Amino acid sequence: MSLSLSLTVNGAVRTIALDDPRVTLLDLLRERLQLTGTKKGCDRGQCGACTVLVDGRRINSCLALAVSHDGADVLTIEGVARGDALHPVQAAFIAHDGFQCGFCTPGQIMSAIGLIREAQAGDDPERIREGMSGNLCRCGAYSGITAAVLEAQKSFVQADRRQAA
Amino acid sequence: MNSFDYVRPATIPDAISAAAETGAVYLAAGTNLLDLMKGGIARPNRLVDITRLPGLDRIEHLSDGGVRIGALVRNADLAHDQEFAQSYPAVAEALLSGASAQLRNAATVAGNLLQRTRCGYFYDVASACNKRQPGAGCDARGGENRLHAILGWSDACIATHPSDFCVPLVALDAVVEIEGRNGRRDIALEEFHRLPGDTPERENALEPGDLVVAVRLPGEARTFSGHARYLKVRERTSYAFAVVSAAAALRIGDGVIRDARLALGGVAAKPWRARSAEAALAGASPGPAAFRQAAQAAVADARPSGDNQFKIELAQRIVERALALAASDAPERIPALPASPFSSVRGVFHDV
Repeated sequence: MSLSLSLTVNGAVRTIALDDPRVTLLDLLRERLQLTGTKKGCDRGQCGACTVLVDGRRINSCLALAVSHDGADVLTIEGVARGDALHPVQAAFIAHDGFQCGFCTPGQIMSAIGLIREAQAGDDPERIREGMSGNLCRCGAYSGITAAVLEAQKSFVQADRRQAA
Repeated sequence: MNSFDYVRPATIPDAISAAAETGAVYLAAGTNLLDLMKGGIARPNRLVDITRLPGLDRIEHLSDGGVRIGALVRNADLAHDQEFAQSYPAVAEALLSGASAQLRNAATVAGNLLQRTRCGYFYDVASACNKRQPGAGCDARGGENRLHAILGWSDACIATHPSDFCVPLVALDAVVEIEGRNGRRDIALEEFHRLPGDTPERENALEPGDLVVAVRLPGEARTFSGHARYLKVRERTSYAFAVVSAAAALRIGDGVIRDARLALGGVAAKPWRARSAEAALAGASPGPAAFRQAAQAAVADARPSGDNQFKIELAQRIVERALALAASDAPERIPALPASPFSSVRGVFHDV
């Protein structure tokens, strides 16, 4: 069976021919498009390391069948910085030591970007922790992660205010 | 994962005929199905992708005060629909207490109804499981079974249905709209899931090709909006299935309970409507005595299926607490820790 699909990945249109429908979005990104920033942790939707944004929403790419997402707009960790300028969430993770080994970090950052876009948590650390519970960190950097998301959230609010003014 | 054919029909009739053949299953988000396929628990030979079918992704607020939720509405979109969350706060709270934000962004309404049990022996293909392989036996009996069923179980199967969403839905008389080879029909959610009996592999009322197209709540469900809560005990506060949960909804007038709705989760192979408890509450004065009596009625038929006697006592306590929370004013917004008995809402005590 030959299946053709087209995705916009980090702003660029990619057309991919698949010989097998079993390929997940995660494996497509890593193995076919060589975008290995998105990590394969559990591969079963339990750890969040594979989090990407699809049409602006964070999902587990390991539980998404690639062919089913034909036409989607995908944002991965490779697409969030502007050249050498880090995305504010990336900068906040560095400023607050929101990681140790770094394996879960791309998923944490994509999840945090999704969380801030959802605009449900605000500046409540309890709601941020709850909203980030789908991302596990074996190093236990959770307190730095929460601080980073909190700061990034505030900088987004300030940027919005500047834009509105 | 086994190989399969992939088809993406454009119309509901085409989807039904593609899925009516042996070994075919529907694919929506796939958050449960792909997990089962990776583990070799599900081995379909055809996936019928329904994500592009028209008209299944809408939340329609009906003129009779009810709501019709399309099968493909994502859990997060439903929970955050302002009118829905205000009208059915226990349903929104249940949705937000389930899974993770990533999964809620993908998982669908119909997929939630159709998710499979999380019994570890069902998931482990090296174990005997009557649900996975009829007649094979049940390794959960005599195994690690402290989280298994206390109501409606059989010698063949002691697994539970893991949904949070279905618990307040069944309490509020939700109806499942199904489209099949012989047209459209409605089934009460209470009748949709089956108890295991001797055929635990038959989990619901669907026939080959049947497609759940929507879930409806009747207009009356909205009349409980001021006094409705969902409460869920988990082994960790977030991103875990219920050990026991309860949805409680009350209609209170002149200091008396006019009508009560109660359902339990994590206790049986289906979301468990506790009608005898509802009868005990009707006409009573809301307070600890009535709530205790209702809780006792809710578990009157419960019996342990293994090392889970504690769930009977736990279920009673959760029912009492859910009723007490429902009787007090509904929170202005969903708590930071949805459905948690350890909620950080000001004024709610934290001890269980």
